[in-house]
Amino acid sequence: MADAKTKSDVLVSIRGLCFARGERMIFDGVDMDIPRGKVTTIMGPSGTGKTTLLRLIGGQLQPHAGSVQVDGLEVPRLRRSELYELRQRMGMLFQSGALLTDLNVFENVAFPLREHTDLPESMIRDLVLMKLQAVGLRGARALMPSELSGGMARRVALARAIALDPMMIMYDEPFTGQDPISMGALVQLIRLLNDALGLTSVIVSHDVKEAAAISDYVYLISEGKVMGHGTPEQLRGTDSEWVKQFMQGLPDGPVPFHYPAPPYVDDLLELPAAAPGEAHA
Amino acid sequence: MLEWIRQLGRGGFEFFEKLGRGNLFLLKTLVGMPAVLARPHLLIVQLLSVGVLSFLIIAVSGLFVGMVLALQGYNTLVDFGAEESLGVVVSLSIVRELGPVVTALLFAGRAGSALTAEIGLMKATEQLSGMEMMAVDPIHRVIAPRFLAGFLAMPLLAAIFSAVGIYGGFFVGVGLLGVDDGAFWSQMQDKVDLYEDVLNGVIKSLVFGFVCAWIAVFEGYDATPTSEGVSRATTRTVVHSALAVLGLDFVLTALMFGDN
Repeated sequence: MADAKTKSDVLVSIRGLCFARGERMIFDGVDMDIPRGKVTTIMGPSGTGKTTLLRLIGGQLQPHAGSVQVDGLEVPRLRRSELYELRQRMGMLFQSGALLTDLNVFENVAFPLREHTDLPESMIRDLVLMKLQAVGLRGARALMPSELSGGMARRVALARAIALDPMMIMYDEPFTGQDPISMGALVQLIRLLNDALGLTSVIVSHDVKEAAAISDYVYLISEGKVMGHGTPEQLRGTDSEWVKQFMQGLPDGPVPFHYPAPPYVDDLLELPAAAPGEAHA
Repeated sequence: MLEWIRQLGRGGFEFFEKLGRGNLFLLKTLVGMPAVLARPHLLIVQLLSVGVLSFLIIAVSGLFVGMVLALQGYNTLVDFGAEESLGVVVSLSIVRELGPVVTALLFAGRAGSALTAEIGLMKATEQLSGMEMMAVDPIHRVIAPRFLAGFLAMPLLAAIFSAVGIYGGFFVGVGLLGVDDGAFWSQMQDKVDLYEDVLNGVIKSLVFGFVCAWIAVFEGYDATPTSEGVSRATTRTVVHSALAVLGLDFVLTALMFGDN
């Protein structure tokens, strides 16, 4: 069984995933395979449920139908203790960093080690300093989260995410709101850590350029469906108009620039068809 | 009319749903207690912020409540020539009623609101989610120590309130108004019963501590994770705690002293 798992090239396998929030369908039959050891990016317009997908993989949300398998384990069916065991092998980088505000940088990175291991203090110190060195913030160990810039907070969170040497890391919008320098640092770090530590990285993003630059494979999702997938090169050469529009950031295309509305002239002349109720109907 | 009934139904449904959530949450918190006891430093940190840092407001309030009680009590008692019973009046009022109740109200305002805001903000900034993803149960790590600290701090704070309050009464009654020193203390010693009065006061403060701490941590955990949601949750903590304390105080008083 263990052999079969390690041989499998797919770490996360999603089949027929359906998830709804109230009346709104977020995912409607999504199939996805995230290859082991690679950087896979899930892209899509804002509000398509990319973060929700990460939460479904991490078992924080339950799908309404379909299967989510991580390393051969069916996440929605795991018992709580099994889920927590699996999560020790997954790291997640939240958009805000989600650092514990009452602990300093060192203690934040030490947090998972203190919670899940009985290592002596000297070893915890060494491990924390190694992780902080990897993200370039060994010198910032005594700072509090409130003293960090957004980019630094994300790097500390990254050091914390790799503290337990997980098999995969999920990044939730890692590039949003970063200045060019910290963006460059993050892009490089994600790729470097993935290759140096033999991780599997899943990035959720809508920053096409940065994400495509470091991704081995890309999934594009919109309106609850997978609109396209492939390597960044394959997607750039695609025939799909939607994929083209998204990858090139064109303002108009299959996703129209204008919200559905009655004819412009009618609206300006205040003709009856311009009544707002009808416009949205 | 139909809409009104519908709203009433929806409101009732939401109320019971929240009550159910609150009870399940309490159950999970209680299950997390052994984890807290295994790591006492988590509890000590919370006892400091919930208990020790509430000391000043509790002590000052106790002092003034005691002093006012002595002034008011003296004015009434002196008409009957019974001003030597001032010690009894002050101590019984404080130990039985004002100690537990006023402490609980102050506690809800000082510590309860802070607990709710802290937990609500941890939720809004994804710290609780982050813990879950690090395979750390936030109910065990964050909620349970805060709940236990609130539950333990309340009776201690109420005891401090009562002690300081009685001294406040003593300063005003004996020091200012000239009530006999010996009569003040000896009548108090004679009339205040350890079980009937002191213990019942302690039971009250234990119940209030449990309820206030429960409301505070639950409202924080259940808060909508936005700034508006956290601010509403904080308000709800203070309002619900105050109503629960006053309501429970009546019930407990009726049970304890109703048949006298």
